[in-house]
Amino acid sequence: MSLPLDDLYREIILDHYKQPRNRGELEPHTVRAEGNNPLCGDEIQVDIRLKDGELQDLAFQGRGCSISQASASMMTEAVKTKPVAEVQELIDTFKGMMHGEDVDLEALGDLEALEGVQKFPVRIKCALLAWTTLEEALKEASA
Amino acid sequence: MNIAQIRADFPILQRQVHGKPLVYLDSAATSQKPLAVIEALDHYYRTYNANVHRGVYSISEEATEQYEAARDKVQAFIGAAQRESVIFVRNTTEAINLVAYTWGRQNIGPGDEIVLSEMEHHSNLVPWQILAAEKGAVLRHIRVLEDGTLDMAQARQLIGAHTKLVAVSHMSNVLGTINPARELADLAHSAGGVILLDGAQSVPHMSVNVQELDCDFLAASGHKMLAPTGSGFLYGKVELLDAMPPFMGGGDMIRQVWLDHATYNELPWKFEAGTPNVADMIGLGAAVDYLQSIGMDAIRQHEKQLTVYALGTLGELPDVDIHGPRDVDLRGGAISFCFGDVHPHDLAQVLDQEGVCIRAGHHCCHPLMRKLGVTATARASFYLYNTEDEIDTLVKSLDKARQVFGIPSPSGRGLG
Repeated sequence: MSLPLDDLYREIILDHYKQPRNRGELEPHTVRAEGNNPLCGDEIQVDIRLKDGELQDLAFQGRGCSISQASASMMTEAVKTKPVAEVQELIDTFKGMMHGEDVDLEALGDLEALEGVQKFPVRIKCALLAWTTLEEALKEASA
Repeated sequence: MNIAQIRADFPILQRQVHGKPLVYLDSAATSQKPLAVIEALDHYYRTYNANVHRGVYSISEEATEQYEAARDKVQAFIGAAQRESVIFVRNTTEAINLVAYTWGRQNIGPGDEIVLSEMEHHSNLVPWQILAAEKGAVLRHIRVLEDGTLDMAQARQLIGAHTKLVAVSHMSNVLGTINPARELADLAHSAGGVILLDGAQSVPHMSVNVQELDCDFLAASGHKMLAPTGSGFLYGKVELLDAMPPFMGGGDMIRQVWLDHATYNELPWKFEAGTPNVADMIGLGAAVDYLQSIGMDAIRQHEKQLTVYALGTLGELPDVDIHGPRDVDLRGGAISFCFGDVHPHDLAQVLDQEGVCIRAGHHCCHPLMRKLGVTATARASFYLYNTEDEIDTLVKSLDKARQVFGIPSPSGRGLG
């Protein structure tokens, strides 16, 4: 059985990989969180700035495969200026999609493009790296 | 060497992946197994499966005989003077840990120095880190030069009066570099220390003689040399092994046991507590027979040719950057490379669709990756069953990756 590579490397994913959005450091930031994937050696840093219960701005930087970098870039676009509670909901939905749960794909918008990663089990961690790092940052901010 | 005949001995090489013939270029991680090894396992389980040692009945005697015959084969394979020198373990990692936990605990004290190198696999770094932390010992690291070889001038300064142990890789699993083992052994010995060679990559691919190398310990894995997973061995000089305390306590490693104390078995069984991995060690014996029937020099020669070919094709591509020595006399057939800006995992994913298996990642060498300034590399590694055609397939498959990631094809090479 052949797995279609096109499901993994969708155009929008490659676009975000080549031209990542919100890449760099954010100054000033409320919290800076770092994540890494020991399997690939992927590293990521996520800066967030919170204001009045809202994720006012965020930025990421790091090194990694196309899936991890594109997922990070797409994530920043999806969560920017959203209330923290909504961001957490989106994180849960995205994780649910990656774990093959029955989630509301429409709520994910463009992020649905990453659904194909599911078929490549070793790459799921790549797609999740930015999201778990953002979750860490939010946790730290509320601590 | 008749490659077609050798390939026919490896059933897995007949299979297809994603509708393409399997091109297995990851033997540095684990090798494929010839029919002779698979049949040895099958034969053991079907006809004489029994626990070894102390069995009075026929099939236990047969199992013991074959298990111990495997030890004799390994002894001859590495040129050890005595069979008592060969301790069966699961893999190289266990062999190194055995030395760290027994010889290390007994002989390393505060301020003593353990000399490693920057190219070591985690399995030859972490056990020594644990030991050094416990004993207050100092770790020193021989530098890796730009060309992927060890800085021997620095090694000569580093290895000195405080050196108790030199533990280095005989052949790097990332760079392919073959390190000057005998020279390092002489340095260790003149400093009054001992040397441990990590032979995980060298023993399967070239003739390794422990007496010529004068190494005190040699660790190797069976599964990288055609044998089943879970088979490996430690070679140690008998006088060192004799003086070492046991590693694990239990059955088979004892002579007599009382409620509050015990005396230990003689070598090599002193270090083999519990029911050993009988079947897989018998498989290791079959693997050694197979390798011997072809000859380690012939295998080394074949892999040299493949490496020359790969360096001249893959290595000449403008978007491919190869790490490690270019001189094939100084290296084995594990070739790490970077391909443009494409992450090695993405590359490995695309190549998999073409049936090509390469490894991508840090290869259990975080410190070396940092040194090379990368988070990961792609690695193609060869063995006796690989062909130049397979290297061509690898090179051609790179075009697929160029397509996916929108990289222009280098001039003179069309889409495959």
